[in-house]
Amino acid sequence: MEYLISHYNYWIYILLMMVGLYAMLAKNNLIKKVIGMSIFQTAIIVFYVSTGAKREATIPIIAHGHGHDTAHAVINAAHYANPLPHVLMLTAIVVSVGTLGVALAICLGIYRRYNTLEEDELQEQLQ
Amino acid sequence: MILYKQAPALLVIIPLLSAFAINIGGWFNHRSCFPIALAAMTATLGASLLTIAQVLQTGPISYRLGGWPPPFGIEYVVDHLNSLVLVTIALVSLLAVIFAKLSVEKDLPDKIPQFYTLYVLLVTGLLGMTITGDAFNLYVLLEISALTGYALIALGDNRALPASFNYVILGTIGASFYLLGVGHLYIMTGSLNMGDLFNILPNLYATRAVFVAFLLILCGVWLKMAFFPLHTWLPNAYTYAPSAAGCLVAPLVTKVSVYIMIRLMLSVFSSWYVFDVLALSGAIVWLAVAAILFGSILALAQKDLKKMLTYLIVAEVGYMVGGFWLATVSGITGTILHIVNDALMTFCLFVFAGIVVYQTGGQKLTDLQGLYRKMPVTMTAFTIGALSMIGVPPTAGFFSKWYLILGAIEAGSYHFMAALLISSLVNAILFFKIIEIAYFEPMTDHHGGKVHETVISEAPFSMLLPLLVVAAGLIVIGLYSGTIVTNIIRFSIPAGL
Repeated sequence: MEYLISHYNYWIYILLMMVGLYAMLAKNNLIKKVIGMSIFQTAIIVFYVSTGAKREATIPIIAHGHGHDTAHAVINAAHYANPLPHVLMLTAIVVSVGTLGVALAICLGIYRRYNTLEEDELQEQLQ
Repeated sequence: MILYKQAPALLVIIPLLSAFAINIGGWFNHRSCFPIALAAMTATLGASLLTIAQVLQTGPISYRLGGWPPPFGIEYVVDHLNSLVLVTIALVSLLAVIFAKLSVEKDLPDKIPQFYTLYVLLVTGLLGMTITGDAFNLYVLLEISALTGYALIALGDNRALPASFNYVILGTIGASFYLLGVGHLYIMTGSLNMGDLFNILPNLYATRAVFVAFLLILCGVWLKMAFFPLHTWLPNAYTYAPSAAGCLVAPLVTKVSVYIMIRLMLSVFSSWYVFDVLALSGAIVWLAVAAILFGSILALAQKDLKKMLTYLIVAEVGYMVGGFWLATVSGITGTILHIVNDALMTFCLFVFAGIVVYQTGGQKLTDLQGLYRKMPVTMTAFTIGALSMIGVPPTAGFFSKWYLILGAIEAGSYHFMAALLISSLVNAILFFKIIEIAYFEPMTDHHGGKVHETVISEAPFSMLLPLLVVAAGLIVIGLYSGTIVTNIIRFSIPAGL
């Protein structure tokens, strides 16, 4: 039980990921699939961001590091949160927004041409 | 001299910047797009040749972007393995852009700037994926090439849109798995640089997190390369893509993914970890056997030329994945050689299919009737591509298949050897069927009557040129495959196999 609670961030991301994966593979409506895709990608962002989070830690800027005091200020890495996972996720967010845009544009094209967004009706028309 | 040193960066920057130039040029005049793309692809090929020359002279290059030293900054690493893949990508994308000119003018007359912009961005993504030495940078470039690939495929005819949608969904799952795997590695090691990961990971091989990372990355890459049973997105997406896009996407995307697999397995994990510690090779070779048989048999069942070729791609991916996991020197040599050969063979066949679509308007096997008389040059080049696909010496396809079979014998994987031979046999049946239709059957229209003799003629020169170059290339590479193996591929095989 303690194991479950201490790793709650991982459980949340796995849950979100499975929700997204289910929607992508099992839903009939294309927009729902796209929403599932978004949830799936967000789950991974949650995973990365949570690994870089730390209680009672601060942003990695050395507050009194300039001027004469530089030599005397003690810098302890444990006081700072790791910024890299967060920065990486900025890129991943951009990528997921791009994917979402392309997916929605394709959905729009499908709707204009086939007049439906339901996968089974689409399959019927393609036969 | 400065050009020589900066070649690895130029390789990615030239196509990237040309995307802007094409977009701006396209506002003023649609006809300016093709020359810009052509110039950019020529310059890219030049940069790739400079890069490989440098590697052959001085050994692997590490290029620091912005001058930041490796574990902190992004590093481009060019060694023998990826310099060969880079030249292949640059060559195929130059030839494909020449083919694309007329095809795009006919298929997509009002989307010319968009097509070329996406085209050069896709090339940027593929080259970047191949050259980068940073695991996260690889993810970003993977998505650049994937996003442009989705859009290029969606430009095709009516059925392209649902096919592209499927590809978006499965491609995103693949890339996300890869990203998740990289996340696990980052948590364990605190690094994203491939060389750095390679040095830190050995102490962590026993942990479950590294094993999970390995599985996630492998599944992600397999989805991207359409390895059976994760291939479902590929046949429709590549069949309904516009011919010009198909000629770029079909030969390169799956092959670059195979390269990515080799790179990650050998340069992030090590051959010792993936082959000896995990002992998954046997199961994966069986999967590859399934992929080869499945792809070959379904190819046999197709009546549509392009769809048949897409199932052959599924089988060829099986060759390469299986060849790599044989874990023998010959097997890996064959896989690397096959990346180059298969890119050229697939390109040859897709250009042929593109010409058939352009000249006859159809892509069914029955549309090929009587083409030997109408288009003798095209058909000759196609015959060389087909012979290479079957594996007839002295074409390139024979030599990579030879190494793969040698590797299978060395590893004692006789089922893999049998699958290779069966697949060659199926290819022989398939292509002789096409040759028979095109050579012996008289030309008829769809109602069974004779069509006018003048309707179909030889393809225009700009379409023939890439086809002839690649057909000649298949024979030249076949003849010089020994040289390529001893001078380039030999250095990519990990020691101690």
